[in-house]
Amino acid sequence: MPEIKVTPLGAGQDVGRSCILVSIAGKNVMLDCGMHMGYNDDRRFPDFSYITQNGRLTDFLDCVIISHFHLDHCGALPYFSEMVGYDGPIYMTHPTKAICPILLEDYRKITVDKKGETNFFTSQMIKDCMKKVVAVHLHQTVQVDEELEIKAYYAGHVLGAAMFHIKVGCESVVYTGDYNMTPDRHLGAAWIDKCRPDLLISESTYATTIRDSKRCRERDFLKKVHETVERGGKVLIPVFALGRAQELCILLETFWERMNLKAPIYFSTGLTEKANHYYKLFITWTNQKIRKTFVQRNMFEFKHIKAFDRAFADNPGPMVVFATPGMLHAGQSLQIFRKWAGNEKNMVIMPGYCVQGTVGHKILSGQRKLEMEGRQILEVKMQVEYMSFSAHADAKGIMQLIRQAEPRNVLLVHGEAKKMEFLKQKIEQEFHVSCFMPANGETTTILTNPCIPVDISLGLLKRETAIGPGPDAKKPKLMHGTLLMKDNSFRLVSPEQALKELGLAEHQLRFTCRVHIQDPRKEHETVLRVYNHLKGILKDYSVQHLPDGSITVESILIQATAHSEDQGTKVLLVSWTYQDEELGSYLTSLLKKGLPQGT
Amino acid sequence: FLQYCLSGHPTLPCNVLKFKSTTIMLDCGLDMTSTLNFLPLPLVQSPRLSKLPGWVLKDGSMFLDKELKECSGHVFVDSVPEFCLPETELLDLSTVDVILISNYHCMMALPYITEYTGFTGTVYATEPTVQIGRLLMEELVNSIERVPKAQSASMWKNKEVQRLLPAPLKDAVEVSMWRKCYTMPEVNAALSKIQLVGYSQKIELFGAVQVTPLSSGYALGSSNWIIQSHYEKVSYVSGSSLLTTHPQPMDQASLKNSDVLILTGLTQIPTANPDGMVGEFCSNLAMTVRNGGNVLVPCYPSGVIYDLLECLYQYIDSAGLSNVPFYFISPVANSSLEFSQIFAEWLCHNKQTKVYLPEPPFPHAELIQTNKLKHYPSIHGDFSNDFKQPCVVFTGHPSLRFGDVVHFMELWGKSSLNTVIFTEPDFSYLDALAPYQPLAMKCVYCPIDTRLNFIQVSKLLKEVQPLHVVCPEQYTQPPPTQSHRTDLMIDCQPPAMSYRRAEVLTLPYKRRYEKIEIMPDLADSLVPLEIKPGISLATVSAVLHTKDNKHVLQLPPKPPQPPASKKRKRVSDDVPECKSLKPLLSGSIPMDQFVQTLEKHGFSDVKVEDTAKGHIVLLQEAETLIQLEEDSTHIICDNDEPLRVKLRDLVLKFLQKF
Repeated sequence: MPEIKVTPLGAGQDVGRSCILVSIAGKNVMLDCGMHMGYNDDRRFPDFSYITQNGRLTDFLDCVIISHFHLDHCGALPYFSEMVGYDGPIYMTHPTKAICPILLEDYRKITVDKKGETNFFTSQMIKDCMKKVVAVHLHQTVQVDEELEIKAYYAGHVLGAAMFHIKVGCESVVYTGDYNMTPDRHLGAAWIDKCRPDLLISESTYATTIRDSKRCRERDFLKKVHETVERGGKVLIPVFALGRAQELCILLETFWERMNLKAPIYFSTGLTEKANHYYKLFITWTNQKIRKTFVQRNMFEFKHIKAFDRAFADNPGPMVVFATPGMLHAGQSLQIFRKWAGNEKNMVIMPGYCVQGTVGHKILSGQRKLEMEGRQILEVKMQVEYMSFSAHADAKGIMQLIRQAEPRNVLLVHGEAKKMEFLKQKIEQEFHVSCFMPANGETTTILTNPCIPVDISLGLLKRETAIGPGPDAKKPKLMHGTLLMKDNSFRLVSPEQALKELGLAEHQLRFTCRVHIQDPRKEHETVLRVYNHLKGILKDYSVQHLPDGSITVESILIQATAHSEDQGTKVLLVSWTYQDEELGSYLTSLLKKGLPQGT
Repeated sequence: FLQYCLSGHPTLPCNVLKFKSTTIMLDCGLDMTSTLNFLPLPLVQSPRLSKLPGWVLKDGSMFLDKELKECSGHVFVDSVPEFCLPETELLDLSTVDVILISNYHCMMALPYITEYTGFTGTVYATEPTVQIGRLLMEELVNSIERVPKAQSASMWKNKEVQRLLPAPLKDAVEVSMWRKCYTMPEVNAALSKIQLVGYSQKIELFGAVQVTPLSSGYALGSSNWIIQSHYEKVSYVSGSSLLTTHPQPMDQASLKNSDVLILTGLTQIPTANPDGMVGEFCSNLAMTVRNGGNVLVPCYPSGVIYDLLECLYQYIDSAGLSNVPFYFISPVANSSLEFSQIFAEWLCHNKQTKVYLPEPPFPHAELIQTNKLKHYPSIHGDFSNDFKQPCVVFTGHPSLRFGDVVHFMELWGKSSLNTVIFTEPDFSYLDALAPYQPLAMKCVYCPIDTRLNFIQVSKLLKEVQPLHVVCPEQYTQPPPTQSHRTDLMIDCQPPAMSYRRAEVLTLPYKRRYEKIEIMPDLADSLVPLEIKPGISLATVSAVLHTKDNKHVLQLPPKPPQPPASKKRKRVSDDVPECKSLKPLLSGSIPMDQFVQTLEKHGFSDVKVEDTAKGHIVLLQEAETLIQLEEDSTHIICDNDEPLRVKLRDLVLKFLQKF
C-alpha cells in the first residue's frame, strides 16, 4: 500500500526551528529550514544528519520549500545548503526571496559580530545559498521533475507567506507554513481551493485560542499606548522588522493623525525604510484596500514614524519605540528593555508569540527578576502587556482551512503539545479524519489509496456508454476490457484490440449439448413448441425462429433432430460459445426440464 | 473541433474555439483603425477643423455635407469616432463559457462582448493585463467622453450611400456594425467578470479541459495559452516576443507537442528592426530639440513607452538634453508609471533582481524624482502653468483622432521646427496625419513592434514542432505592398491553415484515448499476467461511473445473495440478469498435455484421432467429443452439466483470457 511519511526535524510539538521531512510516492521534500530562537547551541538548527548518514543531501532530497521569511522557517537555510551541503532546488515566493537574505544577514551579524560566535555561516554563504533559490508565483504549477509538482497559495501571515500543495500522481500533501485566516490592516486572508490532499500539515500556534475581534484588540492596544504616553511613560514594542511592525505602524500612524498626538514614534534599525520599500514594490501581495489605493496614497510612507537613534532611549519624556527583534532575545529591543525596565511608568507590549527561553517568554510568564549576562539581576518594574497580534490562524481559522481543503488526514506542527492534543480531538470529532501530532524525530506514516489513472481507448469507452442498459443514462454501466501494461503505460482497450495489438488470434471455445426431449410430434412441431416456450420466458432476449428450422437465442443456436432409435424422443443440439456461457448453460438446464404441456 | 473567426485583424484577434464541449473565446480585440475615417476630436475648438468644407457628390448633391467633411482631398466623417467590433452573428456568444485574454491590447472589445451578448461565463487574465487593460480603457473612455460631440452621423452608412463615397470610406467593412465607445460603468462591469491567473497556473474547465497561461514576452503580464485535454493540445500564440525588453521572457518549451498551434499577433512591421528604430527615435528627438523644436510622441500609456523612457534615461545626459522637459500626458499617466513598478514578478530577470535590493525596477522613477519627467492627467490644470518649450510630449491616442495629442498636432503642426515621431505600429502614419494636412511639422516614422517576425516564427515552429499551424490569412501570403517578399510569410509543413473574418474552421485532430481512473480496490483485484516479455495484461470487469466529464472504474457490486427461504421459484426468476461478459480467449491447446490432464482427472478411455486441421479427442463412455484446432475448441457432449463444466475448466487452463 502506498504511504506518505512525515518526520518533523523541528516544530514537532514545538514552536521554532520548523523543518519537516515528507516522503511521498518516492519523492523526498523538506518543508522549511528554520532556526530555534530559544537555543544558542546545536539545538538551534534541525539535525540534518537524520536525513542521511553518509550520502549527500542533494541525492536524497528532491527539493526544499520555504514557506515565508521568518527565521524560525528559513534561519538554518545557509547552514543547511552551504555548510552541510545541498545543491538541489529551493523554492520560495518572490517577496520571501527578496527579504529572506536580509533577515539572514541580520541574524548572522547579531550572532557573529555581537556574540562573537565562530563557525557560523558567512555573508558569502547567504549569497551562494540564495543562488539556489527558484522563485515561484502564486498558483503557478511548478514542475520540480516529471512527477513532482508544487503550487503556492496565499497564506497572509507575512508579506510573501505561502502555503504549498505538493503533488505526485494522485497523492498530495498541503503544508500551510504559518497562515492567517482573517485579513488585517495590510495583508489579506489565507485561501486554498478544495484540493482534497491526502494530508494537510498545519501550524497550530493558537490551537486553543479563539481570538476576539481584531477591532477590540486594536482598540485595546491603542488605549494602552495612549495612556502610557499621556502619563509621560515610554512604550517599547519589540517586533520583527517586517510583518507585524508594518501593521502596527499603520495603526499608530492613523491614530496619531486622528488624535493629533505629538509624542514621537520611532522605529529602530535601518531596516525600516528598506522594509517599507519592499512592501511598496510587492504591493500586489498586500490586501485589497491597500492595493486599490496605492497610486493615490502609499500606506507605507509614514509621517509620524521616524528612524530611531540609540541615544534617543535616554531622552526624557514619552515616546513609542518599535525595536527588533520581537522576542527580546537579543539586539536593540533587549538593550532598550534593560534601560526602561526599572521604571513603572513605562510599558512593554509584546505583540507576538515568544518561544521558550527568550526574555520575552520569561516576562510574559510573570517572571519579574531576570538573570542577565554576567549574573546581573534585572528587576522588571515596567508594565508588561501581551497583545496577540501575530498573524496566526486561531482554532476557528484552522478548522476553516480544513473545511476549505478537505484533507483525508491532518498533521499538526508548530504548536505546544497540550494545545495540539485539544485541537486534534476537535478535528477528529468534527471532520472524522485522522489527526497526528508527531514529536521531533518521530515518523508518522499515512496510508494512501491512490487511484490509478489509465488511458482508455475511446472506442471502448463509447461502446460501453452506448450499450448501457435502458434509458437511464446516469446509472453506472458494467464494462469489460483488457488492461495492457507496458513499461509505465497503462492502457485499457477492448479485448479484440488487445488481441490485435499483441498479434494474437482469438481462440474460439464452443459447446454443443445434446438435450433429449420426449415429444412424439414431428420435428418442426417440436421446434415450434420450443420456440414458443423460450419466447415466453426469455422476454428480454431476441429469440428467433429461422427459415431453416433452427432457433437462435441471441447468438445461441438450437437445432432439433430425431433420435436415431426412439421416434418419441427428439434431440435438441444447443450450441454456444464461451462468451455466451451463462445463457447457454441456462438454456440447456431449462430445456432439460422438458416442455410445458399444452404448448 | 471548430474555430470561429470573429476578427479579421491579425494582431487584434477574436476567435472562438469549440473544444470537447467547451466554448472558449480567445482574445477580444477591438479594431480601432475604423477611427481613421473620422475627423479628430479637438479638446479646444479648432477653427481649422470647423471650417473644413462639407463633401459634395460628383453630381453636385449636397445632402451629406453635414456628415462628411473634406480635408486635402480626403473625406472624413464628422462624428464621434466608432470602432469595428468582432463578429457577433457567427455564433451565439451567450454560449461562450470562458474568455482567455492574452494581453492588454487584445481585451479592448471586452465590454461589448460581456455586456451585450448575454455572456455569463468567466474571463481569465493575468493581473498586469487587467490593471493595464483597465488603464487603456479608462484613457479611451475619458478622451472620448470629455469632448461631447453633438453629432452622430449615420446617413453615410446607408449601403446605397456608401457605394457613392470615395475610398477608403467606400470599402470600409461592416460599417453598420461599428459602435461608439463604451462607458466606464460598462468597463467596470466587464472587468468584474475577470478572474486573475498566474503564469503556468493550471485552470480546470468543467473537468474536461485545462487551460494554462504562459509568458509570451511581449508586454507586462502578456500570455500565450495552452488549451488541452489529456490527449489533445492546442497552443494559442498571440503577441509574443523574443526580444529582451522589460517583460518576462517567452516560455517556448511549454508549447511543444501541440496538435494545433494557432498563431496570431505577429509584428505588423516585419521589415523594421526595433533596436534600429529606437536609435532613430533618439537621434531624431535630440536633433529637433537642439534646433529649438518640440517633439510629439503619440503613444499608448503603457508598453513601449517604458522602454523609450529607459532609453532616454541613458541617453539624455550624453546627448545634452538634461534641461529639456519630458511630459507624459494621460488621464492614467501616473497610474501607469506607478503600476509598472509593482509587477516585479512579471518582469525580466534584470528588473526582478533590482526589486531584491530593493529598488524600483524601471528607471523612470528616477526621472520623475529628478523632475526630468513630469506627468499630468491632461493639458488643462497644472500642465498649462508648467509647460515650457522646447519640450518632448508623450501622449495619446496614436490614431491622432482623440486624446490630448489632437491639441498638440493643431498647436505644433504649422512649424517645421517641430517633429512628430510615430512609434506605435497599429495605425498607418499617413492615414493618421491625413486630416491635419497640409502640415509643416516634420514627421518621422519609427515603428517599434517587438512581436515575432517571420524569421523568428520559422525558428519557433522548428523548435516546438506543432502538427498543424492555423493563422490569419494575411500571414500565408506576402504583404500586398511587397508581393515579391516571399520571406514575409509563414512557411511550414504541412502548410498553415488560414482563416479570415466570419469563417468557421474545422481543426484537424485524431483522438483515440481518454483518461479513466481505476479505484484502488478494483486495482487490487486485478490479476496481471505477463504475456510477452515486458507486457502484462489483466482483464477488467468493472462499473463505469461518469461525472463532470471524469470517468472512474469501480469494483462491480457483489451479486445479491438469494434469500435463504424462498418460495417456489418461477422459471423466469433464473433468467440470467444481464448479458454477462466473458473474456475473449487466446492461445492453443497442446494435445499431449491435454490428454494427460484428462487422464489425471479420471477419464480413462481417452482416444485421439487426427483430422486435417487438428485432432478429435473422444471420451467414449461419456459419449463426448472434443475437436481441437489451432484457434478453436469445440466440446460436444450430452446434457451433463457437471461434465461439461469440468471439461470447460480443463480447456480454459490452457488458454489466456482477454
